[in-house]
Amino acid sequence: MNAAAWLQVLASGLLMGLVYGLVAVGLSLIFGLMDVVNFAHGEFLMLAMYAAFGLFAFAHLDPVIALPLVAAAMFGVGALAYAGVVRHALRFKTNAGMVQIFATFGLATLIQGAAQYLFSPDYRSIKGGWLEGRTLELGGVFLPSAQVYAAVVSVLAFGGLYLLMTRTDFGRALEATREDKGAVALVGIDSNRVFTLGWGLGAALVGVAGAVLATFYYIHPQVGASFALIAYVTVALGGFGSVFGALAAGVIVGLVEAGTAALLPPALKALGIYVLYLAVLFLRPQGLFGKL
Amino acid sequence: MDQSGSIPVTATAAAATATTTAATPDASTTPAAPPSAYAQQRRRQLVQGAIVLLLAALLPLVVTNAYLRNVLVLTLLYAALAQSWNILGGYCGQVSLGHALYFGVGAYAASKLFVDHGVVLWFGMLAGGALAALLALVVGYACFRLKGHYFSIATILFAEIGLTLMHNWEYVGAATGIQWPFGPDSWWTLQFARDKTPYIYVALGLVAVVWLVTWWIEDSRWGYWWRAVKDNPEAAQSLGVTVFRSKMAAAALSAFFTAVGGAFYAAFVSYVDPDSVMHFRFSLLMALPVVLGGIGTLWGPVLGAALLIPLTEFSRSYLGGGNGLDLMIYGALVMGVALIKPDGLVRVFAKRGGGSR
Repeated sequence: MNAAAWLQVLASGLLMGLVYGLVAVGLSLIFGLMDVVNFAHGEFLMLAMYAAFGLFAFAHLDPVIALPLVAAAMFGVGALAYAGVVRHALRFKTNAGMVQIFATFGLATLIQGAAQYLFSPDYRSIKGGWLEGRTLELGGVFLPSAQVYAAVVSVLAFGGLYLLMTRTDFGRALEATREDKGAVALVGIDSNRVFTLGWGLGAALVGVAGAVLATFYYIHPQVGASFALIAYVTVALGGFGSVFGALAAGVIVGLVEAGTAALLPPALKALGIYVLYLAVLFLRPQGLFGKL
Repeated sequence: MDQSGSIPVTATAAAATATTTAATPDASTTPAAPPSAYAQQRRRQLVQGAIVLLLAALLPLVVTNAYLRNVLVLTLLYAALAQSWNILGGYCGQVSLGHALYFGVGAYAASKLFVDHGVVLWFGMLAGGALAALLALVVGYACFRLKGHYFSIATILFAEIGLTLMHNWEYVGAATGIQWPFGPDSWWTLQFARDKTPYIYVALGLVAVVWLVTWWIEDSRWGYWWRAVKDNPEAAQSLGVTVFRSKMAAAALSAFFTAVGGAFYAAFVSYVDPDSVMHFRFSLLMALPVVLGGIGTLWGPVLGAALLIPLTEFSRSYLGGGNGLDLMIYGALVMGVALIKPDGLVRVFAKRGGGSR
């Protein structure tokens, strides 16, 4: 492969990596907030993609326009998942990890089954969207417009998240609750409320990811599972709980995946990510930016 | 082991050290006189086991429908698998979500040995089990430094790596897998074309063996160590339990029996391919009966499998697989059990006599 081809690999890896970061950040945020791994994270992504698809098919809203609606709806889904399921799972002191895993996993299976029942197992895609079929050319590198859009949205979302976490009362309450759940109660912060909003925020972020992925990725009830696996690797790589670790790790995962796909048969595309994960596991079990 | 009878039923780090001084783990199988309440309870468990075994052995006389017999074989297989998973996940507290790897290794090893080299299934089971145990040590070496969710996710990824490799490895048939040749009915290869009764008895035998091993573990040095590691690794360490070695032993034993189950499954369906034996869903199917029945208990996995597997199979056949309804019921059930009865259904039965833990 020549330099131009490698540049192409680099660019597409970077674009996809930014999306991976966006998919993973909600998971990491929730983990950092309350030490819970949401095994339904992939299903949240799937719901968001279907929401974008539904708005396109029935309300003729292009996914670019529908993005805020999808994010808002997912905020509700996340808050509901916390209030309806996770809050109850947190009551148990024995087998606590086990209860959380299986409660969120049960929720994931339920959502997946409901999606299969309501939307059928068929593969769908948004046909005739604004960004479909367009490409951008930058110095000899051709990039699909949809993926450039997705990457730009990801960067903007991370920027917005940074502002939210540093400049607003909610962000500061979030950060304080992350650091010390007991102490925030003393200063009058209701941690239950922060957790609800935190789950809403985490789900809204994966909602943004779903809305941008829907512009160029096929949609089916199991689509969340494959992204969830990559999200777990991303979060483990960046460090559980680290929000900007997720961004950096997402980019690394995207680049490694694109590189592996260029060198090995397509079926082995995921192997590069796994090997990367194992290397991190041995060298830095807490991830790049995480605390163990 | 004279004092073994007085050791509290619930594992504590203190109990673990009390047994550290014991000469051999085998000594624990013969409780010394006079029989204490605990020794009596141990004996009662054996009697219960024998009764359940006998009743289960009579089932093929009642269950004659081919479909129901198929469900029965699967239920018994998952009871054995769940019991194996429980060794690591329940007693030692390491929630593995990658046991599909060991199941697949057992299935592939037995298939490869039989189809290419004519090796009898019974040896294939042991070879697959040994291979899986070795693999579990490798996975354990890499993962046992991790705690909680970090560990669970690492095990998922190890299984996914295995699945990806199997999909692409020509030697084991890649994505096509390995088809067992048609042959005469035989106990050596466990191939029975018409009458499926032998599978029921072999699966039942497997459940009995793993149950007995678990029963033995409960009062062995390893059993106390594992529960101490589960309850409080720091305390266990400070009292002289070698935490890492305990986890490794539990992982190897658990993987061994999981792979034996995989080998049995391969013979039962006469066909293996990556997704049919190493998919992530197997990791869950092994863990869920344990959660449902009661994690870290002697009877939990069997009870959980006896409820969950028929329910899954029936809901799939009556509601039609693939339309999502069966998944919805399954998911709601898992979520409900985790939220309502996180210590498992076995607790409902275990109130009298101090429980079966």
